[in-house]
Amino acid sequence: MPQVNGRFAPDMKSPRTPDNEEQADERAHDFRPVDKGFTKEMALAEAERCMDCKKPLCVEGCPVNIKIPQFIEKIRAQDFGAALDVIHEDSMLPAICGRVCPQESQCEGRCIRGKKSEPVAIGQLERFLGDQPELASRPQMRPANGKKVAVIGSGPSGITCAGELARNGFDVTVFEAFFTGGGVLVYGIPEFRLPKAVVKREIDGLKELGVKFEFNSVMGNLANAEELLGEKGFDAIYVATGAGLPKFLNIPGENLPNVFFANEYLTRVNLMKANEFPKYDTPTKHAKQVVVFGGGNVAMDAVRTAKRLGAERAIIAYRRTEAEMPARRAELHHAKAEGVEVMPLVSPLEFIAGEDGSVCAVKVQKMELGAPDASGRRRPVPIEGAIEEIPCDVAISAIGTNANPFAKKIGGMDLNKWGYIVADENGRTSNPRIWAGGDIVTGAATVILAMGAGKTAAASITETLAAG
Amino acid sequence: MYKILEKTQFSEKVFKFRIEAPQMAKHAHAGQFLMVRANETGERVPFTFADWNPEEGWVEFIFMVVGKTTKMLSGYEPGDSIEDVTGPLGQPTVMAPGTTCVIGGGVGLAIAYPVARTLVKTGHEVHAIMGARTKDLLLLEDQFRELLPDDHIHITTDDGSYGEKGVVTVPLERLLQAKAVDEVFCVGPVPMMKFSTLTAEKYNTPITASLNPIMVDGTGMCGCCRVEIDGETKFACVDGPDFDATKVDWNDLRARQAAYRTEEGQSLKAYEEAMCACHR
Repeated sequence: MPQVNGRFAPDMKSPRTPDNEEQADERAHDFRPVDKGFTKEMALAEAERCMDCKKPLCVEGCPVNIKIPQFIEKIRAQDFGAALDVIHEDSMLPAICGRVCPQESQCEGRCIRGKKSEPVAIGQLERFLGDQPELASRPQMRPANGKKVAVIGSGPSGITCAGELARNGFDVTVFEAFFTGGGVLVYGIPEFRLPKAVVKREIDGLKELGVKFEFNSVMGNLANAEELLGEKGFDAIYVATGAGLPKFLNIPGENLPNVFFANEYLTRVNLMKANEFPKYDTPTKHAKQVVVFGGGNVAMDAVRTAKRLGAERAIIAYRRTEAEMPARRAELHHAKAEGVEVMPLVSPLEFIAGEDGSVCAVKVQKMELGAPDASGRRRPVPIEGAIEEIPCDVAISAIGTNANPFAKKIGGMDLNKWGYIVADENGRTSNPRIWAGGDIVTGAATVILAMGAGKTAAASITETLAAG
Repeated sequence: MYKILEKTQFSEKVFKFRIEAPQMAKHAHAGQFLMVRANETGERVPFTFADWNPEEGWVEFIFMVVGKTTKMLSGYEPGDSIEDVTGPLGQPTVMAPGTTCVIGGGVGLAIAYPVARTLVKTGHEVHAIMGARTKDLLLLEDQFRELLPDDHIHITTDDGSYGEKGVVTVPLERLLQAKAVDEVFCVGPVPMMKFSTLTAEKYNTPITASLNPIMVDGTGMCGCCRVEIDGETKFACVDGPDFDATKVDWNDLRARQAAYRTEEGQSLKAYEEAMCACHR
């Protein structure tokens, strides 16, 4: 290793260690994880590229401010357990966030090496450690404090909050509407991007910390806040129900058979294993031509799933251009390598029914980029008369989601007019015994932000309940 | 796991399960439903509450064998457990005060009964029209007779094997002509609900239908159960399942119900073949 004044000095010309991927032509036909992750050698080589900045911008770029240069330094020293402990101080889900964070707009987007060449592969390094949880030190558990907290929802926000609270000595019960834990990590993000075994490992880890899980529990209908805080004897509630209600395109033909919201299409496969029908009872549609509307990660997941279910032509149709797509760059790159077609600057006008009554085509309006809008991005405007018809036997809408409608039924706290919970920066709602965080407060955002909110709320709950 | 406490067989293909579920029993209302996943490889299927008892901690649902899941469930016995039961889901049935006519067709009678019972409890005068294809498929007659005076019960069978020969709209039209009811509630197959609605509309009588589209999650997250109400998309699992029947797009509901007919056939066939192999 080159040394300058006894300090580590990286080779500025070293290229970023490439991702360890399955061959695109092989992987596009099954649900195996696409990215196998770094080997130890790859992790050590990549760790050498970190410049160990005095004012690390990468840390600022991370929504929960993981001490990135410090954990990378421990990797260089081959002390992987200590490296993982550094991450665990700020994040409980490195195996998940390392895989699904949009690093290019967070930590890696700020990495100084990215200005001249390519940023350090921080996400891959984090994941490398997260995949070896057995190396971490056992969490310090505070003694039981006799207080009970109900966590509603077992997505990234709920499970992070539950884990923190359990370590702080609380008796925690997580209520989950589905039959298994993980929220969007299990029903939304496909196996080829986030293996379900990784999520299960996190949930099992929480059980070992003493967190109880009650599945099939639709809070709001099965019990409300009043009952939980009253006869059920909980001292506080953390609401993390997410924002899973699909947004409509509001165009004719949206309710035709074989027109899906991405949530349904993905839930059938990810949660219900419809790709293994009839071994599993839930069916799905294996279409030849699939069009997905949207440019986010959900759209990418849906189109790549369609490809794996046998689509010959799978199209991502987006109303702006590739450059504006909010999806993770790595997934866009994976999708294209797998043969997904990107159709920029189109907006759906109408789904058209075929002879059998199911969708057979979608009529789209061609767009061009006009003046910048409030978000600073150039607004797509229709090109008059430029209308096309794309044949398809499955069409999927992935244009976003709204607040979970059960927040209102849980009750006891203020919501805004869109049904999101009003909470301050510590997750406090209008009710002194109820906290909330994640997508049900912010609207659809990222796993790491949801996780950060869970952690912040856990600290606030701990402080408040300790005080009285 | 949810334990089966009691199993009742009404006819060759119609069964009732009583399931141990204390918290659910405490919060169930007429018109709401639950979702069942029979085992670990199972699909999620919605069934409406037929009855529940908060003191004894159980809920009941009635089902007819129509495909793989219901066929498999029909083989479950008391003491066996169902992997997952989620509920209560959907909005409770709410009817305006006055005289209500509750129409149930086929297995829909299992939904009509708790609605009728709740309406009686909340001071409504209730007429029940019970329809079935044939006498053997007529459900819950004793329960309806216990609840309502005999002259408020109107029974029809398509083949005339019991009660009046014909469809539910015949007694409905009679009641509406006599101005004997203020509001109608109907649940059953789409053609039955559609024609009941056309009849009620003729007399300007409000009518509510409990819709039965395909569901996956049952909590509003997927939109599989969407229905068109007055040109607007609604999710039956969270906005319904009850809707103003005069606003329902019945063709849309029927098309969406039939979307997986081929796969449903495949699934049942694979199951039956496996069962045969097992018995050989």
